[in-house]
Amino acid sequence: MVVLAGRSTGKVNLTTCTVAGSAQAGFSDFRIERVLLNRLWEGTKVYWNKPVETMNREEMTNLQSTRLQETVQRVYRKVPFYRNKMQEQGLLPEDITNLGDIVKLPFISKQDMRGNYPYGLFAVPLAEIVRIHASSGTTGKPTVVGYTKRDIGIWSEVMARALTYAGASKLSCIQVAYGYGLFTGGLGAHYGAEMIGASVIPASSGNTSRQILLMKDFGTSVLCCTPSYALYIAETIYEMGLSPKDLSLKAGIFGAEPWSERMRKEIEDRLHIKALDIYGLSEIIGPGVACECECQDGLHISEDHFYPEIVNPLTGEVLPDGEKGELVLTTISKEGMPMVRYRTRDLTVLNHDVCTCGRTLVRMGKVLGRSDDMLIIRGVNVFPSQVESVLLSLGETSPHYQLIVDREDNLDKLTVMVELTEEMFSDEVRGLEDLEHKIQGALADVLLVSAKVRLVSPKSIERSEGKAKRVIDNRKI
Amino acid sequence: MIIKQIAVFLENRPGKLAEVLEVLSRQDINLRAMSVADTADFGILRLVVNEPDKAVQVLRDANFAVKTTSVLGIKVSDKPGGLLDELKKLNAAGINIEYVYAFAAASVHDARVVLKVDDLEKAEQVLQSPDKAGDPVDGPNFYW
Repeated sequence: MVVLAGRSTGKVNLTTCTVAGSAQAGFSDFRIERVLLNRLWEGTKVYWNKPVETMNREEMTNLQSTRLQETVQRVYRKVPFYRNKMQEQGLLPEDITNLGDIVKLPFISKQDMRGNYPYGLFAVPLAEIVRIHASSGTTGKPTVVGYTKRDIGIWSEVMARALTYAGASKLSCIQVAYGYGLFTGGLGAHYGAEMIGASVIPASSGNTSRQILLMKDFGTSVLCCTPSYALYIAETIYEMGLSPKDLSLKAGIFGAEPWSERMRKEIEDRLHIKALDIYGLSEIIGPGVACECECQDGLHISEDHFYPEIVNPLTGEVLPDGEKGELVLTTISKEGMPMVRYRTRDLTVLNHDVCTCGRTLVRMGKVLGRSDDMLIIRGVNVFPSQVESVLLSLGETSPHYQLIVDREDNLDKLTVMVELTEEMFSDEVRGLEDLEHKIQGALADVLLVSAKVRLVSPKSIERSEGKAKRVIDNRKI
Repeated sequence: MIIKQIAVFLENRPGKLAEVLEVLSRQDINLRAMSVADTADFGILRLVVNEPDKAVQVLRDANFAVKTTSVLGIKVSDKPGGLLDELKKLNAAGINIEYVYAFAAASVHDARVVLKVDDLEKAEQVLQSPDKAGDPVDGPNFYW
C-alpha cells in the first residue's frame, strides 16, 4: 500500500495501487516500483500546500499586507539600519497600512549588507539564530545571512513545494548535487527533500562518476544541481558507456545560475527527464524562492513568504506585469534577517495570470540578465570588484585585469588576466610563477571558486574610452 | 665581468618574440646574447645588447615589461670542459647559479657565457683572471 506524500491529490487515487513483490524482493524491485509510480503520477495534480498554492488574489493580498506590516514593525524596532533609513524619510511603521504602501519604503542592497557585516541586519539575538550561511560580497567580505529555527522551517516548506512541482514525493530518491556548506544550495534542497519525506542522497558537488554510480545503484529519481553540472553529468553518463535507461531519473531541479531554453532542451533530451528552473538567493532565503511547475512557463514565487516587485533599475519606479525590470523582494515572514525591498539585480518580468497547473502563485520569467556586473560561475557569485580588491591587497598599484569566463565540457572556467607591471616582473621563471600562485591562492580564498591567473603584457588588455573592459563572458547559455 | 642584462616579459603567443626583435632592430640595437625561458603561458626573454639603456627605453615605450639585471659575462676556452672549469670554481665558493646561457660566437678560441648567480661580486672575484678581465663593454665594437 502506498500513501501519497502531497497533502492533496488530484484524480488518480494512488492508494489503490500496489506493486507485486517477487520472491527475491530486492533493490531492483524498489526501482521498478518507483518507476511505475512515477508513470502513474503523470496526469495527477499534486500540491504540497494547496490552500496557499491556489489561494485567490484577494486573500493573498490580505495575507501579504498583514505580514508586511508585521515585518515593518519588527525591523523598525529591532534593526537600527531600517529604523534610520525610515526615519530619514520621515516614515513610521504605522504609515504602512496596506501592500501598496510598500513603495514608500527605501530599498536595501548588497552594499548595505556589507556595511552591516556580519550581524548588523539580524532582527533577533544570536541565541535565536540556528544557522548561518554566506555568499560572495561585492568585495572582500562575504554576505552573511542568519536563520531562526522557524526560518529554516519556511525554507524547507518552500523547497518542499518546489520539489513537489517536479513530481517528487516521499517515494522519491532525491540526489542533492549542489555543494553543501556556506553556499545555500546543498542544505536548502536537502531540508526541503527531507520535509517531503523523500530519501535524500546528500552527494554534494563534484566526483561525477561517483554521482552517476549513486544514481544508478540507489535509484535516484530527482536530481538537484546547477544546469551546467546536469549537462556535464549527462555527458559523463555516455562516456561511461551508460545511458539514461540505466537510471531511474525522472526530473531535475536546476538553478543557481542562468540557463536558456536551449540548455533545457539539451538536458531533457540527454537525460530523458523533465528539467525545471529554480530560483533563489541567500539574501532572501536560498533556493526555493521560486520554482517552475510542470508547465515550464514561469517560476511560481512563494509569495506568501517573499513579496515580489519589478522596478526600473535606474529610477526605482515600480513596473507593471509584463514589463522587464529588476526583481525586488521583501521577506514578509522571515525572523532572523528580514529583507525589506532587497534589490536582487536580477532582471525579469512578473505574471499574475493563473497558471495552467491551477496555481495562483505569481510567476516570474527566467532571469534575463543582471543590472550589475555580477557573474555566476559554477553557481558562485563573482564580482569583478572582488578581483580588484584582491590585487590591491597584494600591494600592486591600480592593477589592470580582465575576467574571462568560458564553458568547457559544460563546466565554467574562470581565467583572470593580470597586466604585469615592472614592479611585479622578475627575470626568473620562478619569480613569475610564485606571483601567479600568490594571486591564484588569494583569489580562490575570496571568490570561493578557483580561477586561473594569466599574466599578460602591460597595456595589452583592451580599453574602451580609457576604461578597461572587465569581463568577457564567452559562455553560450 | 658584470654586465647588464635586459629581461622582457613575453606572452606565449605567436609573434611576440618577433615584436621585440622588430622594436630593437628599428632602433639599430644589436643582440649579443639571448635566451628564452618558457612556461605554458609565458616566456622570459633575456638579452645582452650593445646599448642596454636605449633598449630598455624603446621596449618600455612599446609597452613591454622590462627589467634590467646584473649578470656575469665570462670568457671560457672553447674546448671540452672549458665551462666546467669555471663552474667548479663557483661551486667551491658556494655560489648558486640561477641560469646560464651562451653568447653568439665571436672568437675562434673562446666561447662567451652569461651567468646569473646569487652572489655576483663574489662570483666575479672567484672567476677573475687576467685573460678573463674582458674587453670594454661599451661601444659599437662590443663583443662581450
